[in-house]
Amino acid sequence: MAELTLPAGSRPKPGKTFKAPVGAKRVKTFKIYRWDPDTGGNPTIDSYEIDLDQCGPMVLDAIIKIKNEVDSTLAFRRSCREGVCGSCSMNIDGTNTLACTKFISEIKGDVKIYPLPHMSVIKDLVPDLTQIFAQYQSIEPWLKNENLPPERERLQTPAERAKLDGLWECILCFSCSTACPSYWWNGDRYLGPAVLLQAYRFIADSRDEATGERLDQLEDPFRLYRCHTIMNCTKTCPKGLNPAKAIAEIKKLMVERR
Amino acid sequence: MAGHPRPLSPHLQIYRRQLTSVTSILHRLTGIGLAVGLLYLVCWLVAAASGLESFDRLQSFNGSIIGRLLLLGWSVAFFYHMLNGLRHLAWDAGWGFELPAAYKTGTAVFIGTAVLTLLAWVIGYYQMGAF
Repeated sequence: MAELTLPAGSRPKPGKTFKAPVGAKRVKTFKIYRWDPDTGGNPTIDSYEIDLDQCGPMVLDAIIKIKNEVDSTLAFRRSCREGVCGSCSMNIDGTNTLACTKFISEIKGDVKIYPLPHMSVIKDLVPDLTQIFAQYQSIEPWLKNENLPPERERLQTPAERAKLDGLWECILCFSCSTACPSYWWNGDRYLGPAVLLQAYRFIADSRDEATGERLDQLEDPFRLYRCHTIMNCTKTCPKGLNPAKAIAEIKKLMVERR
Repeated sequence: MAGHPRPLSPHLQIYRRQLTSVTSILHRLTGIGLAVGLLYLVCWLVAAASGLESFDRLQSFNGSIIGRLLLLGWSVAFFYHMLNGLRHLAWDAGWGFELPAAYKTGTAVFIGTAVLTLLAWVIGYYQMGAF
């Protein structure tokens, strides 16, 4: 049964405020979810007033600035700062996206930043991704082919290769899975949009011979069929991919092979 | 892992409401409403079958403000669930997954629900000789 409210110990409380430096003209307030495993207790929402004239254009620029200059205790993941590594996914202004590709100027009012929704929090904006990566592993995300490899690469026609477009670009930031209400309520058994898109990426690959086996593994009331086409996944994907469509393609294959 | 139990990050409380999630939850809610409405429809038939007096009693309730509001709610739910159901059928066939398409069909469902509900009630009142 879906637990619509947060457990008492998980409800955020108002936290500290860090004022903008004197003389700052373009001040924007960043309200950031904080939780420290060393002190425990309820999470807090800390406010950081940032002078935008002294800050880069992206949300990630602002939180790096906060960590460097205002409050070094702030924890978050980041690496490439250009939308290819998938580390800095978080909930910004109510939807999941990458902090590095989200413009501060797109956000009206205060910038509210939370970790990816409905996840166990390790610290501040760092969620525990252990389970979701275990689910990723469960779909065996590698090419399976019993034939001996040819001397050169396994060739595909341009049409076969085109089937992978919109699938291979996924960077596993898990914005989609953690935007999905079905994944919130049944994340222990439902694989979620990111992992199912990856599953379809190998099903759709002409070089992979394990389609039947892969479909067998997904044929389950929970693993696949908890998708109710809500489409929050597609709406939120920072790479513009369409996990909902990938899941629908798997469902169609399930029907076709009967 | 020693130390303090980890919190669960906020979800429903902070996630932005948007057409995708709203049409989905409304589909569920109208489905539940229609299940209850079906029971009411059965009561109506039973009342009709058990004689004039009981049927009159139910009809006068239907004519009351509360009765009319309930019927209005059920007709909205019926048309919404039907139209959004067609949207789901198209999705099951693999159509309409692009975001602009999903937003257009979602908006169309809302407009269609309003139009069909209004039409049904206008026809209903017309049949009763209201105008």
